[in-house]
Amino acid sequence: MTRHSPTSEAEACAIVAEAAAQRTPLAIQGSGTKRAFGRPPQFELTLSSSQMTKVTLYEPAEFVISAEPGAPLNGIVRLLAEHRQELAFEPLDYRPLLGSDGEPTIGAVAAMNLSGPRRIAGGSARDSALGVRFVNGRGEAIKSGGRVMKNVTGLDLVKLMVGAHGTLGFLTEVTFKVVPSPQRVATLWLVGLSDQTAIAALSAALGSPYDISGAAHLPAKIGDGARTLIRVEGFPDSVEYRLGELRSLLKAFGTAVVLADDTGRDLWGAIRDATVLAEPRDKAIWRISTAPAKGADVAARIARTIDARWFFDWGGGLIWLACSTASAASAATIRAATREAGGHATLVRAPEDVRAAVDVFDPPVEAIARLQTGLKASLDPAGIFNPGRMFPEL
Amino acid sequence: MPIAFPIPDAAVLGRRGEILTGLGQLVAPEALIVSEDERRAFETDALTAYRRMPLAVVLPSTTSEVSAVLKFCAQNQVKVVPRGAGTSLAGGAIPQEDAIVLGVSKMNRILDVNFGNRTARVQAGVTNLAVSQAVAHEGFFYAPDPSSQLACTIAGNIGMNSGGAHCLKYGVTTNNILGVTLVLLDGTIVEIGGEHLDSPGYDLLGLIVGSEGQLGVVTEAVVRIRRAAEGAKPVLFGFDTSEEAGACVAAIMGAGIVPVAIEFMDKQTIEIVEGFAKAGYPLDVGALLIIEVEGSDREMEAMLARIVGIARKHNVRHIKESHSAAEAAAIWKGRKSAFGATGRVADYICMDGTVPLGQLSNVLRRTGEIVASYGLRVANVFHAGDGNMHPLILYDVNDPAEQAKAEAAGEDILKYCVEVGGCLTGEHGVGIEKRDLMRFQFEERDLWQQMRVRAVFDPAWLLNPAKVFPLDNRLTA
Repeated sequence: MTRHSPTSEAEACAIVAEAAAQRTPLAIQGSGTKRAFGRPPQFELTLSSSQMTKVTLYEPAEFVISAEPGAPLNGIVRLLAEHRQELAFEPLDYRPLLGSDGEPTIGAVAAMNLSGPRRIAGGSARDSALGVRFVNGRGEAIKSGGRVMKNVTGLDLVKLMVGAHGTLGFLTEVTFKVVPSPQRVATLWLVGLSDQTAIAALSAALGSPYDISGAAHLPAKIGDGARTLIRVEGFPDSVEYRLGELRSLLKAFGTAVVLADDTGRDLWGAIRDATVLAEPRDKAIWRISTAPAKGADVAARIARTIDARWFFDWGGGLIWLACSTASAASAATIRAATREAGGHATLVRAPEDVRAAVDVFDPPVEAIARLQTGLKASLDPAGIFNPGRMFPEL
Repeated sequence: MPIAFPIPDAAVLGRRGEILTGLGQLVAPEALIVSEDERRAFETDALTAYRRMPLAVVLPSTTSEVSAVLKFCAQNQVKVVPRGAGTSLAGGAIPQEDAIVLGVSKMNRILDVNFGNRTARVQAGVTNLAVSQAVAHEGFFYAPDPSSQLACTIAGNIGMNSGGAHCLKYGVTTNNILGVTLVLLDGTIVEIGGEHLDSPGYDLLGLIVGSEGQLGVVTEAVVRIRRAAEGAKPVLFGFDTSEEAGACVAAIMGAGIVPVAIEFMDKQTIEIVEGFAKAGYPLDVGALLIIEVEGSDREMEAMLARIVGIARKHNVRHIKESHSAAEAAAIWKGRKSAFGATGRVADYICMDGTVPLGQLSNVLRRTGEIVASYGLRVANVFHAGDGNMHPLILYDVNDPAEQAKAEAAGEDILKYCVEVGGCLTGEHGVGIEKRDLMRFQFEERDLWQQMRVRAVFDPAWLLNPAKVFPLDNRLTA
């Protein structure tokens, strides 16, 4: 295994150009905390962002931050917090589920489009991404987007690069919009609800004018009884008012209790990172996205044939599900249930041999597969970036 | 220099009869417009200084008709200019002589509303405002709100990734679309996204939104609908100078306050708009901010108190709250009719550069200097909260010399926006208008990469072919 750790975009260009000429595949890596996610890469060469770690621009008054891909996420979070700001999308941290060590990088947050509970209100990482610089498969430094809040100049390659899992290029700089940190974050909870009823409660809250920033349900099987959580944030007087209104709105579902702020924060962290499903470690983990109103049905349908535990985020639209080690058969069951409702299922955790055999992401229909293959070739003609990481053919 | 159009392909012009016959077999007779008189309605959009007569106009009623038409055009090498309502300020829907116009305006139905999922499935030719109207009875709305929302279509909004005044809080089109039905040039119909969030694989949805009709034709969309706040209140803040108003915007945002909208108007605009809309704007100020807050009465009061405190530190001279729905509507009517009202006193071209917030005052000043140096007048009205500027350069369309000056001034302004860290267009799109300025924002290799991506969808360069990319150095597969 040889590792290249460029210190600049120009160095990265040279390394990529050489690899492209030799048609040598490159494993793209940040700090390696999510190596166990996706189809297992097996390459001779690693292209690492570990020597590109600078924050290149931070203008608190303009709500924008740019960083090299290897910049540790915790450093960025700290820097933003010093100015009472944060990333709007509440990036998900896979370390608890994957059992990995090290500091996740901002490049991986972009490359994997990692978003947490606030996805439903603040959008995903891709929605906050204003610009990227990257090295394409020709060894050229390419930019798309920029540092301003609104930009429709040319094709939006930012969206393509965010969530491409390093298969389209090597990111050399990412720029995100940031938001002011709310002065208060408060959580309401309801207990003892069934999945169906809980999602109806979340839907009532999300359909209210009270600006919900988190809507999750932990069924009894997760432990501590069934808990339904609703989060609001903002200026303290406004939060207080909305908590009151929500409690009356949700009366039909029981008495909603306001959690202590600390307890709430810990719980949302556990929901964001799905730590409540981390143990036992031999279980496979799936992340299923569907229409919120269909969430309870999808989970129930899967549970008819598979022994599983799960919880809901995104008002019912995101199902985190743990089941006995994945197999082609259980994957087929989960994907059939999801497809019927509309949505898709991602295999987040499974032993390496399973991830090599079972599609990690829902396989695309033929027309979309053709577009994806074309896009891959347009950005990475020699097919050197993380080949096979997302789909066998990309 | 006037904006160039490609030389029409004589072979295609020569085949017009044959092409019309072929199209006639694919759609109902009333969906095919061939007479010169009727085609004239489609020869331009809101960039009215430019016009070209298309070969024909096709207005399909179904996705399968769109598919058949595109497949025919691909097989017969006929260029296609997709069109929503034709409200593009950048010339995004302006035809060319050897192309057909493919309009989706007849596909204008709301197909399904799901309040539980907070989504609506609509045909792409529906108007932006009609979506909000269809869900208003439950207190919901569709967030992006371009000034042309009464006329413009969701298809056009998707094509240009349109914004609007309320995008400061709720995001632009790309943040509010969950799925599309897209017809590819070869007639293939693909579903991208749906009622769920995010999709496996590459973010095709993100690529399609804002692609200016170059990658395919969107016939349906799943849009996100939101519950409206309990109340909303626009408030007018008048300042002596644009600089003070600009500094006040920066201070409000810097204090961690994100209002729903912060709109800016300079003296020239205030006079034009007040004369037209009688919105109650003060005429004795140099610049005006419309700041909208929302929530319950108590929440709005609290937020307003914070904003007023900041505005006073920036020498605000005039504060006017709306006290009724009618007053609020009048304030917004004035803002949203700013372009129309300006059009009544002069012809104009509207720039759309976006700049870092810290550059607002500087770019405003420079804009004034640039326009004055050409001997013209400018009216500034724009989305200050996100730095998206809209200088309207006033000129006389019947005076070619003045038109050339206006375009040159516009170019200078946009180049300056790029120089200070901004971009050529924030929400209107490149179209034909900014096509030849793309090299100021992008390196040649950036453009080639974008063109390679474009070629995946349209290798023969038939879809909206004279837009976005400079006319020379085109990549075809």
